[in-house]
Amino acid sequence: MHEMALAEGMLELVENAAKRNGAARVTAVRLELGVLSHVARDALSFCFDAVTKGGIANGAVLEIEATPGAAWCMPCGARVPLAQLGDPCPRCGGWQLTVVQGEEMRVKEIEIA
Amino acid sequence: MCTTCGCGQGETTIEGKPVEAHEHVHRHDDGTVHSHPHAHDAGHAHDPAQGHAHEHAAGEHLHWHQHADGTWHSHVHGGGTAHPLGAAAGLGGAHAPGMTPTRMLQIEQDILAKNDAFAADNRRLLADRGIFALNLVSSPGSGKTTLLVRTIEALAGRLAVAVIEGDQQTSLDADRIRATGAAAVQINTGKGCHLDAQMVGRALSTLNPADGSLLLIENVGNLVCPAAFDLGEAHKVVVLSVTEGDDKPLKYPDMFHAADLMLVNKIDLAPHVDFDVDRAIAYAHRLRPGLPALCVSAKTGEGFTEWLAWLERGAAAARAARDRDIDALHRRIAELEAELARRASAGAAA
Repeated sequence: MHEMALAEGMLELVENAAKRNGAARVTAVRLELGVLSHVARDALSFCFDAVTKGGIANGAVLEIEATPGAAWCMPCGARVPLAQLGDPCPRCGGWQLTVVQGEEMRVKEIEIA
Repeated sequence: MCTTCGCGQGETTIEGKPVEAHEHVHRHDDGTVHSHPHAHDAGHAHDPAQGHAHEHAAGEHLHWHQHADGTWHSHVHGGGTAHPLGAAAGLGGAHAPGMTPTRMLQIEQDILAKNDAFAADNRRLLADRGIFALNLVSSPGSGKTTLLVRTIEALAGRLAVAVIEGDQQTSLDADRIRATGAAAVQINTGKGCHLDAQMVGRALSTLNPADGSLLLIENVGNLVCPAAFDLGEAHKVVVLSVTEGDDKPLKYPDMFHAADLMLVNKIDLAPHVDFDVDRAIAYAHRLRPGLPALCVSAKTGEGFTEWLAWLERGAAAARAARDRDIDALHRRIAELEAELARRASAGAAA
């Protein structure tokens, strides 16, 4: 579980952006989290609350947008949905898949006051 | 420290010396925020989740505000008091703590941006010096250190090897590596569950591996967390031992998805355990189509011919890439010198 390190990385991005923009407070953070990314959503949310305590983002709402997974299937020559790593192509049942979406871990925007 | 996972910060050591110094941000009762650097080896420990208190006299803070119309102003804050409206009068309503209008700020930054920037620095340094770096990942007990020891001994006189060892505690692994005569640096992550690129960057400056050498980074034994962190390596090599079960790739998909080579270790024990090598490789291929796999035994040396050949090919390629870069720089210098000479002679003729 490396979510603490990820939460700290997130906090740093948020704090830097808030400071650059003269914010007194960060009230919300919107995160894009791909369903195939290396992160457990609940653990990240827990760690975010822990690292923001007492800082500029104290009590900020963490909004997580889950980006669905998608892969390129070579035999099908098509983009197909992928719910989790290890799943077969829903069209041909094979695993010649290259992930093309769903590994994102990005801070999209923050709400500041 | 995170009570969910036990990951911590400020506990990393390299060769037993503390390395972390980090920024602290404070929010005061009047809503003001400031930050200062803070080193844990200064004899002052605290729980990072709690923050700590500072005394400030009322009126000592200068505040900058941006109003809804985009204008900025500054004023001295007397501790939570509201103040008269300035340039923004009539635009955003009362300007008082707790009532400041909010606004959205686009960031669009990867959470791992900082790690990835350190990883890019490491990768550049390694490329400049023609060093072939591998990040070895596995569960605890897969035999990584024994594999490294045998690899170093087998490569003696053929290829210089340096090692970065990652463990939560102890220098036992680095000690085992040093006993082979190879240079090694131990990173202790404390409660941390993975190596990150900044730790590896610091270890690299301590280790200073030889140009054209092979750098083996043995990550913390953990088949989950190290998958997310680029260290600046050429490849992640996942080690799976036959005593662990052939279904492990499906149980821990992230790591097999991130790897460029799989070593099936302790292959000498395969007849004694219920492990189907073909099935393990087929499962890994569901996560990473075409992932090359080698069966090895760090105990008997089985499969080492192929493994060592793979290492030597990678190291040779890293050296060749560095040589090409240097040749290109020499050509560029020659072109610039020719250009300078041309201008000098044109000047003399004029």
